[in-house]
Amino acid sequence: MPDPIQPPRVSPMNRISLPDPLREELATIAVDGYPYETCGVLVGASADDEVRVEKVFQARNLNTERARDRYVLDPDDLMSADLAAREAGLEIVGFWHTHPDHPARPSETDREAAWDGYSYVILSVSGARVEDLRSWRLNGEGFVEERVEA
Amino acid sequence: MSRVIVRIPTPLRGFAGGNSEIAAEGADVGAVLSAIGADHPELLERVMKDDGQPREFVNIYLGSDNVRTLDGMDTPVGEGDVLSILPAVAGGAP
Repeated sequence: MPDPIQPPRVSPMNRISLPDPLREELATIAVDGYPYETCGVLVGASADDEVRVEKVFQARNLNTERARDRYVLDPDDLMSADLAAREAGLEIVGFWHTHPDHPARPSETDREAAWDGYSYVILSVSGARVEDLRSWRLNGEGFVEERVEA
Repeated sequence: MSRVIVRIPTPLRGFAGGNSEIAAEGADVGAVLSAIGADHPELLERVMKDDGQPREFVNIYLGSDNVRTLDGMDTPVGEGDVLSILPAVAGGAP
């Protein structure tokens, strides 16, 4: 089985802009949802190898049996976010979810469902605070880390 | 036969001639997607399996309804309907 995590590679060509207010919005959701995984949609614009997030949406986690370490993003919430994005002249640029008490690195489970072309932001959350936030992009069989900027 | 708009997610637009939407005709969801596949086979390959069902990590919406909750690919479509292709998003901690 291929390692879902390639050796850490941060290319200056792969950048994602996540303004501080949006980062704080995600942190609040992540901490409020702890010890369960929370998830949602990133809406914004992308050009070349740069992604700009302008809105974040929270979605329901349909995996209630293993909500501490798994998530299934409610597709109805994704559909709603897609409509909102298109009405605003934006697009879905990626997704976010939390790893309670685990690093902000993608798992094999994350890789199985991932699509090329989206950013996957992961927040490591432990108790009352977010320990780490990283963004990843599938590149063939593995993830490559993106540079997160404000 | 109804003329339907199919919305293409950003990562798949490269397989759809760069289009964010494509118009196609068909009587049901499967027929519309197959019609698109005639011009964009790589797109269809990423959306539908050989047995004509959606791939595991793909959802198809007719308007605001997931076709999995309707009659799947056999769901009839009407003139002017909108089909949206979306990723099925899942994962979790190690």
